Amino acid sequence: MRTTIKAILAAAAAVIPVLATVAPASAQNLRIGLREDPDILDPTLSRTYVGRIVYMALCDKLFDINERLEVVPQLATGYRWENPTTLIITLREGVRFHDGEVMDAEAVRYSIDRHLTMQGSFRRSEISEVDRVEVVDPRTVRIVLKSPSASFLSALTDRAGMIVSPKAAEALGRNFGTRPVCAGPFRFVERVAQERIVVERFREYWDAANIHFDRVTYLPIPDNTVRLANLQSGAVEFVERMEPDDMKTIQRARNLRAVAVDELGYQGITINIGNGERANTPLGRDARVRQAFELSIDRAAINQVVYEGMYTPTRQPFPPANPFHVRDFPPTQRDVARARALLREAGVTTPLAVEMTVPNNPDLRQVGEVIQSMAAEAGFAVTLRAMEFASSLQAATRGEFQTYLVGWSGRVDPDGNITTFSRTGGGQNDGRYSNPEVDRLLDAARVELDVAKRRDLYAQAVRIAFGQDVGRIYLWHRKNIMAHSARLTGYRPIADGMIRLQGMRLQ
Amino acid sequence: MSASTAPTALPAAESPTRRAIKRFLRHRLAVFGLVVVVLFVAVAILAPLIAPYDPLQTSWSRIRKPPSFDHWMGTDENGRDVLSRVIWGARASMMAGVISVLGALAIGVPLGLLAGLAGGWVDAVISRVADAMLSVPFLILAIALAAFLGPALENAMIAIAVTASPVFVRLSRGMALDAKATDWIEAARALGNPPWRTAFVHVLPNIVPPLLVQASLAIAEAIIAEAALSFLGLGMQPPNPSWGSMLNSSQRFLTQAPWLSIFPGVTIMIVVLAFNLMGDGLRDALDPRADKT
Amino acid sequence: MGIWLLRRVGQVIPTLLILSILIFGLQQLMPGDPAVILAGEERGDPAVLAQIRAELGLDRPIWQQYLLWMGKVLTGDFGFSWRIRVPVSELILTKLPVTFQLASMAFIIAILIGVPLGILSAVRKDTPSDWAANGAALFGVSTPNFWLGIMMILLFSVELGWLPPSGYVPLFEDPVQSLSTTIMPAFVLGTGVASVLMRHTRAAMLTALSQDYVRTARAKGLKERVVIWKHALRNALIPVVTLGAIEFGRLLAGAVLTEQIFTIPGFGKLIVDAVFNRDYPVVQGVVMATALIFVTLSLLTDLLYMAINPRLRNA
Repeated sequence: MRTTIKAILAAAAAVIPVLATVAPASAQNLRIGLREDPDILDPTLSRTYVGRIVYMALCDKLFDINERLEVVPQLATGYRWENPTTLIITLREGVRFHDGEVMDAEAVRYSIDRHLTMQGSFRRSEISEVDRVEVVDPRTVRIVLKSPSASFLSALTDRAGMIVSPKAAEALGRNFGTRPVCAGPFRFVERVAQERIVVERFREYWDAANIHFDRVTYLPIPDNTVRLANLQSGAVEFVERMEPDDMKTIQRARNLRAVAVDELGYQGITINIGNGERANTPLGRDARVRQAFELSIDRAAINQVVYEGMYTPTRQPFPPANPFHVRDFPPTQRDVARARALLREAGVTTPLAVEMTVPNNPDLRQVGEVIQSMAAEAGFAVTLRAMEFASSLQAATRGEFQTYLVGWSGRVDPDGNITTFSRTGGGQNDGRYSNPEVDRLLDAARVELDVAKRRDLYAQAVRIAFGQDVGRIYLWHRKNIMAHSARLTGYRPIADGMIRLQGMRLQ
Repeated sequence: MSASTAPTALPAAESPTRRAIKRFLRHRLAVFGLVVVVLFVAVAILAPLIAPYDPLQTSWSRIRKPPSFDHWMGTDENGRDVLSRVIWGARASMMAGVISVLGALAIGVPLGLLAGLAGGWVDAVISRVADAMLSVPFLILAIALAAFLGPALENAMIAIAVTASPVFVRLSRGMALDAKATDWIEAARALGNPPWRTAFVHVLPNIVPPLLVQASLAIAEAIIAEAALSFLGLGMQPPNPSWGSMLNSSQRFLTQAPWLSIFPGVTIMIVVLAFNLMGDGLRDALDPRADKT
Repeated sequence: MGIWLLRRVGQVIPTLLILSILIFGLQQLMPGDPAVILAGEERGDPAVLAQIRAELGLDRPIWQQYLLWMGKVLTGDFGFSWRIRVPVSELILTKLPVTFQLASMAFIIAILIGVPLGILSAVRKDTPSDWAANGAALFGVSTPNFWLGIMMILLFSVELGWLPPSGYVPLFEDPVQSLSTTIMPAFVLGTGVASVLMRHTRAAMLTALSQDYVRTARAKGLKERVVIWKHALRNALIPVVTLGAIEFGRLLAGAVLTEQIFTIPGFGKLIVDAVFNRDYPVVQGVVMATALIFVTLSLLTDLLYMAINPRLRNA
């Protein structure tokens, strides 16, 4: 018996040095650790945030955004509004798809039509204002809208603006996502579900001079500690969306760099105000009670306790980096005395029972516990209901909740961050908040092309919906914490959390 | 193992029960295990009296503080006293561990014995149902039950008991089959004894040791499973402590605050150890042949 | 024997049939509308939801959905993953070898550690080596896999740099790399199962060693080694085989947490992701495959019982 064990140990000792070498990355290959596994890689059909990170390699868009969230040309070279409903886009010359086809006005028309008409398209709602797309000449397209839209251009900076090769799209049909062919800097090589997505350099890329990798591999590594361990041990060179707790570890390591970028979205509390029976509570009926609830919460303290103080407390859907951020609308300070007074004024007998639905993710669960403890001092007896995410979404849609701790990944254009949540009949207005004045302001802002006027309309809507009515309680804007090897240079932090490969290289 | 516990039985002819108790008590490790289990039950019952702090009392000024004189096991991510949470957590965890395993035994053992002894189509039906149950992912069952039953410790225990029972079905069936094909049974059958009764008399002593082992191991699984269920909205909900959920939330701070995982982890280990020692002692005590040596 | 085997194989069909109905039923009970999940951040648009439902056939009554699915399964078509549009059969066939490799490695580790330690501690009952073996086993069973897994990654990958922290390389692509990616998860899983096997082997051996025929054998002056190996062990095997089969089945069905930590793209991750995303064709396919594994294993178990106890053949 003992000799067997010894033999095994000896054998193991002999094997380990052989296994020991973690294959060193050759200088031209980049490996990126993703937080989740992307869904289907078809720009028309895909839905996940993480999928967009992979598109940065595969599919160029008509426009992109820069650090200041301004729209900049990519496959387009410029645009002008012929009139409020007619957009003329000029295209870059000499751009080819991965299959060698030419990217021209016809391809743009085809791609936008595909987004609009393909069964199961997720882009349709993003560009529903499009009436028709016309080819003016091979390098010019005219897009005619049904109504003026201030947010249309920014839709073209994301998947709705991705141009696919018509030939490949016709050939592959609904299976296009298994072998996407676009005009991005890298072409698709292979994908093994839940394991890796590999892309390789596309030699004829229009901006090839700015591409310095031969191959990029995307590896979904959901566990946070393990994703970091991969970076620390050199098994990947880049990881995205780390946790605030990881910052210290990363900063301590001399061969690693961390970058924290403000996100476009937010974390907040949806309150059931008019969705079914569960809305019929003092919290749902009376804005004063909701104000009291908000005043009982110390955003800065939660941020400190759960997120090392790294996030940005807020009271509105637009982060400070967003040009539409409402400057003079700071988050409320905690005021327990005033909260209690408001509750008395509203004639509520304390402690007032409030149920909070929390998706089953460890940091949100802790946030729930902290809020519970804070709100208790103002007279709220908060019970937490942990729920698996899919179940919690259904509960929210059906009004089977009182308050719901939920986040939003954010859009570049303000309309996508507020209208669907706070307008009457809005698709994600789970609490059924409704105020005709807010509706009017949001509708007006949607078609207002003058930025200053539009900003003012949103500022008014925000003040009424969140200041006066407390239809939702916004808590903070998160940060996208990206970490990479010190050998890597050229990463441009932009609020959308994408990893743009242009200009990045390994030393 | 008849049920006569008569302590006043004739001193000359000791009852088998009494002999078993004596054997158990002679087994020092088993007694140690029993003492530890009793201690934890006492801790669970007396939690309000012995916990130094309120297990739910948060404090933002002492977040994730390492063990100190004031807080022997440190404080957690919300500044709550870990020792107090371990003490209070004994309630949920001991219940989840013990009751759900007892439930699994109650479901699994009779079915398994029936399958093994009856054979034929009865065996086929019970065994295939057990196979099917082993193939249903725990997650699906848990989410479906969470939606129907809502969050409560009892519901979590039901889910754990149901999912743990097929193992006991299989174990009892295997032992019953084996015993059915021994010399004694053949002999008994030849002598005209009712085969059922005989089988039962011979099966039981053989079946107890593996069941004891499995049951004491299953307690560890049940304690951990309770936490997983709480996460899916089926068990105890935050902020109420249980060892499993403490361990779960410690996962984020594995390297920054190791005491958050070590103390609940070690507590679970001690309890599991105690139940296993107790199980071993019971096994020895119930082995009627043990006296002869 | 032949008829017995045939009958057993015949039982597979009703088992799978009942299970498939059960799974369909449970999916109905589970909250979380697949259409809402698939719609993601577009879930607010009723048109999008209606379209998804129509496309996936979710607007039909459940019995129609079931019959449609069953009809396709009978022709060998398990449908497509709703989430990534890959055929379910392809997903299963790519994940099964991964899990099979991991499970086999873990099981070998478990048997190599668990059974010898169990015998050793039974033979040397109440000695320090017995206590040490039991202590190790109970440590193994009560240490959470995530803890052991992360500790191993931190030690062997981050500190020492010996092994890749996570990921998977197929066995036939690069055997050495493949072993280096699976050795840590296999060890984590294997030690857990080893503890279970050790405890059962020990208990069964103790029972066997106190049986009359072992005493007789000893009395006859047979060598202790012969007594242990020929008489006791053979009879101790029943519970060990039972548990071994179940534990192996569990490993094959996918060790979710361990696969999650080491990012091994196996069965466990497949089913968990499918359940959380309400990707029902994948759930159904995987559960059917899992059931086949368990039914096969319980058939093997019964065959092993017969090998151990030849009299069972007539039973």
